[in-house]
Amino acid sequence: MKTFKLLQTLSETAGPSGLEHEIADVVADVWQPYVDTITRDRVGNLIAIKYGEGPEPRPRILLAAHMDEIALMVKQILSHQGNGFLRVTNVGGVDVRHLYGQTVVVHGKRALPGVLGSLPPHMLPPDRQDRPFGYEELVVDVGLSLAEVETAVSVGDFISFRQPLRKLQGKQVTGKALDNRASLTAVTLCLEYLQKRAHTWDVIAVATCQEETRLLGAYASAHSQRPDTAVAIDVTFGKGPGANGENVFDLGDGPVLDIGPNVHPGMFNALKDAAKALEMKVHVGTHNRASGTDAFGLQIARDGIPTGLVSIPLRYMHTMVEVVDLTDLERSGRLLGEFIARLDDKFLQTLSDGMMEKGDSKR
Amino acid sequence: MNELLKNLTEVDGVSGDEKEVRLLIRDLIADHVDEWHVDSLGNLLATKKGTGATNMCVLVDAHMDEVGLMVTEIGSDGMLKFAPVGGFNPLALLGKVVQIGAKKITGVIGAKPIHLLSGSERDRVVQTDAMRIDIGAKSKEAAASKVTIGDRAAFITEYEELGKTALGKAFDNRAGCAALIELLRAKPFSFDLCAAFTVQEEVGLRGAQVAAYAVKPDAALVLESTPAYDLPNEEDASSNVALGKGPSIYVMDRGTIQDPRLVAHITRTAAARGIPYQLRQPGGGGTNTASIQRVLGGIPAATIAVPGRYAHTPTMMINLDDYANVVRLAEATLRDLTPELVNRKW
Amino acid sequence: MNDLIKKLVEAYGPSGFEDHMRDLIRPEVEPYVDEMSVDALGNLITLKKGDGSGLKVMIAAHMDEIGVMVTHITKEGFLRFTNIGGVRPHGLWGSRVQFANGVIGMIGSDRIDDRSKIHPLSKHYIDVGATSAEDCPVGVGDAAGFVQPFFTNGKLLTSKTMDDRIGCVVAIEALKRLETTPHDVYFVFSVQEEVGTRGAEAAANGIDPDVGIALDVTITGDVPECPPMSVSLGKGAAIKVKDSGMIAHAGLVRLMRQRAEAANIAHQMEVLDGGSTDARSIQIANGGAAAGCISIPCRYVHSQSETVHADDVQACIDLLVEILSKPIEL
Repeated sequence: MKTFKLLQTLSETAGPSGLEHEIADVVADVWQPYVDTITRDRVGNLIAIKYGEGPEPRPRILLAAHMDEIALMVKQILSHQGNGFLRVTNVGGVDVRHLYGQTVVVHGKRALPGVLGSLPPHMLPPDRQDRPFGYEELVVDVGLSLAEVETAVSVGDFISFRQPLRKLQGKQVTGKALDNRASLTAVTLCLEYLQKRAHTWDVIAVATCQEETRLLGAYASAHSQRPDTAVAIDVTFGKGPGANGENVFDLGDGPVLDIGPNVHPGMFNALKDAAKALEMKVHVGTHNRASGTDAFGLQIARDGIPTGLVSIPLRYMHTMVEVVDLTDLERSGRLLGEFIARLDDKFLQTLSDGMMEKGDSKR
Repeated sequence: MNELLKNLTEVDGVSGDEKEVRLLIRDLIADHVDEWHVDSLGNLLATKKGTGATNMCVLVDAHMDEVGLMVTEIGSDGMLKFAPVGGFNPLALLGKVVQIGAKKITGVIGAKPIHLLSGSERDRVVQTDAMRIDIGAKSKEAAASKVTIGDRAAFITEYEELGKTALGKAFDNRAGCAALIELLRAKPFSFDLCAAFTVQEEVGLRGAQVAAYAVKPDAALVLESTPAYDLPNEEDASSNVALGKGPSIYVMDRGTIQDPRLVAHITRTAAARGIPYQLRQPGGGGTNTASIQRVLGGIPAATIAVPGRYAHTPTMMINLDDYANVVRLAEATLRDLTPELVNRKW
Repeated sequence: MNDLIKKLVEAYGPSGFEDHMRDLIRPEVEPYVDEMSVDALGNLITLKKGDGSGLKVMIAAHMDEIGVMVTHITKEGFLRFTNIGGVRPHGLWGSRVQFANGVIGMIGSDRIDDRSKIHPLSKHYIDVGATSAEDCPVGVGDAAGFVQPFFTNGKLLTSKTMDDRIGCVVAIEALKRLETTPHDVYFVFSVQEEVGTRGAEAAANGIDPDVGIALDVTITGDVPECPPMSVSLGKGAAIKVKDSGMIAHAGLVRLMRQRAEAANIAHQMEVLDGGSTDARSIQIANGGAAAGCISIPCRYVHSQSETVHADDVQACIDLLVEILSKPIEL
């Protein structure tokens, strides 16, 4: 119940990539009781630090979960018979086939509810009837006259999707922006876990901005915070219609740990060890090039950061009916918390030892 | 037999899992450098102190990683599903032998025999997601006792020499690594030489970026292997670099316009020393120069490459004179490098 | 101002070969800045110091232009070439290019059998009047820019390379007018934008600004049968909200808009689906910067007749001065 409420608060708040102030405010409120400092940086990241109990200078771990979501943006204001309609474009990886009939909020001078409409298929020219509506056919209709629209809305205004979080069977829930509010929920649960479990390292929890467009927040925060290690938390593909085979995971069967070029093998092993200590089932995911997550940006900040990746399985990614299992969020939070509690002053040496046989160097 | 090239090409280092190459190179250079260490991505960074005559640090980069495969799923029949690591033509994989993981488990990428192909199948390229690696395991359990998801697989190819031609895998870029090792074994330069044996070039030039950031060099030279297109072909515009015609010098590729001052310095040096060279046809391709050039406030960088046929297949070919000339040209370029050449004037 | 525009737009400077451009711009800005330097890639970096109360601001206008580079010389002395930046094969036939050494060539193409199709670049060649590879006055790896004189048609200004010499003009004119500023303003005349906003990336990595503003051209939606786009020629400075490479900092966009409204400067909001600017590199460099872009509306971008409106150019200068002369609160 508590996890549902938390995810509900986060999921139902608007946070299009590039307009994250509202969701950042909400995350700040949620994290406030668990951390020592909260700041925002010049690109829009929310950065919270919970100090460890070790002697200074303490090593630092950065947790990155992005707070932005895919969205739309006003591209043109059209006039038709005295009414104003909005032509839109995508912000991040929107599947245009899902848009017809969705409800949205236009973030103009005031927030306006709207509907994504189009002419019915049989009224379109014959050559357009058998294919999905594109951005040329779709309009956002806010039900106002041209004059009213022009007063309240401007080209460049963001549009977010409207969808309350709903319960499905068992512990599964559906809603919008669970990519990546599910992970923000897990990070919150991790911070809560660390209230009762001692840890020596400093924890830098970052709600990153503009992941969906260019991993901006991850690059920027890793550069400015200079952590010793980092973990990205994001969603991965859940098993479902059209999604089967490798690198697709059952919902409710535990978090996924990734291995591949974006992940330091030592971080992967340490996360696995933490899961073992908790007797928690985890799955292994692979990426052969870019992981498609904040881990890609974190890893190459400055002279490089040992980076890990924890993922939560999610069905129907980048739609307005994303589905997750709340137990996966809770387990991911506990796993991160346990992993952090187990970090000691020898951990960094262990990481570099793993890169060579004897881990020596000549300095 | 060039033992250095043999040893370097017969170890495996698929992008993100370069440990075996790193250990070998460490042993090959440890006695010739003043310090070395490994960073968090796995780059091996070594410094050869200069004579002190020039107050400058020059980064010389050669990437250690090679293209290969990664195991993504073990099937109930014991067959391994895989993803390519780095760029492949699927035809380069069909009917090839690989070895997997630290235990070097042998596997083959088999396919339906020609007898059983239907007419249209013969004309179709088999895509990699339809291929499997077969290690001879009869069940998922049997395969899982030998191989783990995430294990890398590399081609098995023994190094051979046919006169002036060397055959082997991963000359891209162990040829560059070998040349860099030879530079470290040469007498000290006037400046500090920072050797970066880098990781993850084939998956986005990622190792070199953090290496350059850490080293903060005044200039950089990238040693590479570049594809040679010198097979029978149309005479006209299609020619690129050819085997046996000398080191290949980059002017422009998809990721960089090379520093014109350094390019001029390299060609001048080659001409002065009587070393043959060929300008690589400007256009596609890319090297670590792209990521080194833009870090910090910008770093002057250029590339010298050993031409190689059949890159990203199990068997590449290079010319041993080209290789020797790359070593000569790289050394001469560095010996003649001055701060005046590197610092931009109005 | 038209003299300055003519001088800059007609000059040679393909990406990677901007030395001449730098020589032209340097004397224009020298009297107005406190510091000046050139970095490893060739960016001209100038600094106008503030009074210490403001931010570190980077303004970027790129000096480079699209062009071609020789890849091969045929036995008969014709040059095959590749593109530097977004050169499209449409309209190449019969155009003229000039190399750094002054040699001018004409572009021809292989025989066209099907007139409904356009040859790819690889089937075009440059004719510099050579008869063999030996007597050819240019070599493989040499770069050329297009040749096309500047002309005015009322308030419309047309030439090759308005992209982005007109941005350089906006920067120079704003610098001349900017008497005092609270900010340390780095006016960067950047290199290699057309091949992937590379120069600005290096410059921003070196400068580490709080705020970055690119000055560049954007396409318009006011010509027949063009893609939907709300920007029109003559309707003022375009304040970029989004392009395909970045989403501008929401606070900076708001500030630009408020300043334009308060000072009665003609402006329009820009959402661009294809293309990007130096701002994308500045945004992600180092610890990131609040990045945005003031765009000069331009028709026929990447053709040899790029066209801008004099009033828009003036509006961009006015807006930039307005932003830089006052505190920036994001």
